[in-house]
Amino acid sequence: MEQLEQKLKEEIITALNLSEMKPDNIDVNAPLFVDGLGLDSIDALELTVLLEKKYGLRIQTSEEGKKVLYSVKSMAEFIRSNNKG
Amino acid sequence: MRKVYIAADNIISPLGFTTGENAASLKAGEKGIHEISDPELSPVPFHASVIDTTRLDERFSEEGDPEEFTRFEKMAVLSLRDACSRTDADLRGARTLFILSTTKGNIDLLASSPSDERLYLWQTAGMLGSYFGFGYKPLVISDACISGVQAIITGARMIRAGLYDNVVINGTDIISEFVVSGFSAFKSLSQGPCMPFDKRRDGLSLGEGSGTIILTADPSLAADPKIIAGEGFSTNDANHISGPSRTGEGLWLAISSLLSRTGGKISYISAHGTATPYNDEMESIAITRAGLQDVPVNSFKGYWGHTLGAAGIIESVMGIHSVRNGILFRTEGFSEPGTTNPLNIIARTENKQIMNCLKIASGFGGCNAVQLFSRE
Amino acid sequence: MKSALKISGYCLIRKNRVVLDGRVLFETGPMDFSSFAAEAYLHFNTCYPKFHKMDNLSKLGFLASDILIRDKKITESFKGREIAIMLMNSSSSLDTDKTYQQTITDRNNYFPSPAVFVYTLPNVVIGEICIRHKIYGEGNFFITEKFDAILLDHIVNHLFNDGLALCCIAGWTEVNGENYESALFLIEESSGTGSGIANFGPAETESIYQGI
Repeated sequence: MEQLEQKLKEEIITALNLSEMKPDNIDVNAPLFVDGLGLDSIDALELTVLLEKKYGLRIQTSEEGKKVLYSVKSMAEFIRSNNKG
Repeated sequence: MRKVYIAADNIISPLGFTTGENAASLKAGEKGIHEISDPELSPVPFHASVIDTTRLDERFSEEGDPEEFTRFEKMAVLSLRDACSRTDADLRGARTLFILSTTKGNIDLLASSPSDERLYLWQTAGMLGSYFGFGYKPLVISDACISGVQAIITGARMIRAGLYDNVVINGTDIISEFVVSGFSAFKSLSQGPCMPFDKRRDGLSLGEGSGTIILTADPSLAADPKIIAGEGFSTNDANHISGPSRTGEGLWLAISSLLSRTGGKISYISAHGTATPYNDEMESIAITRAGLQDVPVNSFKGYWGHTLGAAGIIESVMGIHSVRNGILFRTEGFSEPGTTNPLNIIARTENKQIMNCLKIASGFGGCNAVQLFSRE
Repeated sequence: MKSALKISGYCLIRKNRVVLDGRVLFETGPMDFSSFAAEAYLHFNTCYPKFHKMDNLSKLGFLASDILIRDKKITESFKGREIAIMLMNSSSSLDTDKTYQQTITDRNNYFPSPAVFVYTLPNVVIGEICIRHKIYGEGNFFITEKFDAILLDHIVNHLFNDGLALCCIAGWTEVNGENYESALFLIEESSGTGSGIANFGPAETESIYQGI
């Protein structure tokens, strides 16, 4: 379980060029946007590309996007729930 | 201070190859935006205003061999040729400056011939400049979606400063896979034809085209009725590189600078109106903050789509046409108001005497530009 | 009436070296631009994590302007709307255009990157500088074959003569593959405090650019 979260943290750091950030600095439950990591709208778009590219998962609506991209944990849960079958 | 007059102009779009043809199409309620299914441009269908290649080549064959010119060059050459034919100004001397406004130039060559010299925008401008024999070495302005308005602002300033007597400005951009995929990745493209300022607007439609404006200091060369390119300003939001300011800061600042320096009344606004939820909302905030919420405003994006570096020129040309001919064009795609601050959106094309047109634009990089065109 | 202008500072970045007003402030051995930019970022205590998200053109223009603006404390002397930024280069954003093109070349691996696409416009570097320093004034990006001292003279003089700016950051910022070069000038009216480096004019900017 934890492995996916750890992997996601590394992928997020690479995809978003968060060079001054280490995986351990990212709290899996903390919000990624505004208060937490301070990511912006371009980062959100880039994270949807990451989910498509690495996990073959497409976010359908902006509402769904807000939920899925809330935290590392919510992203991991989205991936797990779509890979069950 | 020298006055700057409009000597001639042109628009090349799916709706016509002259300003007059385009105006007639707009009056008849035609729009250039259609669904495009072309795997060369996008893996999925999208809506855009694209010039028919056969028609472009047919028109171009009167000028030269269509095989020897790029799509970008063909559109720019046709636009410049038509505009130049409509003025007696001597554009060959060193008193004439040529300005090219574009965001991406010959970007379609990047896939097929990545080391092509024509990918350099100054090379593209140099080719056009020497083709027409414009005197001084050309200038390229590339400021995202405000490029066209910036080119007019810069050209008019050069004339007022006495550096040149005439400035020929061409704005051109083409539809390419590069641009379509980018705006698609940005989730900026509309599902159907774009709907500026409408409640149901969901994004922009791209477009391609070319527009030309020839500015002159010589009143005897001004087309009748005489229109003056007055003051213009640019600003930055200092907020975000892709998202419009939530307070309309930069655009408001540019409009209020213009109002305080010109002092006159604005009779009509040609808005940027891309039909993305954020852009139109931002414009409504800036226009309202500047106290212009009752002034009739339209967006031309529903006819031609967003023509990027050409947009500021094409839309200014039609704004000038509106002042000259006393006509206000309806905002194609608009039916129900959809901005927090209500604006006086032109919903029906009507004849109306107007004194001036305020052209506004905003773009990536947080930039904004405004330019005033008035009857003398 | 032409108001007399002065160059109150300049920053040159090229060949792994940062020069401010003629003094070498930072230099590294041979390395690619990205590594050099990362080292310079640390050396100058830039403290702006968004820097790492920028493309090379924005990184270059950002570093040169940031060093100049902070050294001269211009945002303390001028309001954001009084400062203009006028930049030019030869290859526009072609370097990043090529990076973006790679994300759409393979039909079976077609993932256009929004974070790369946004930098396929040269004027975005002006936006980055404005955001960092809260600058709201005039901005324009010109594409010219090479550094054009006459054009610089024309556009900057007009800004001051027409009362459109009280301070201007203007110059050259070019990235093309491993070739990069920035030469930014800080221009103010001569009546301000300090005599500056030189008068502002095409001969002066040209000779500073040439490194004479």
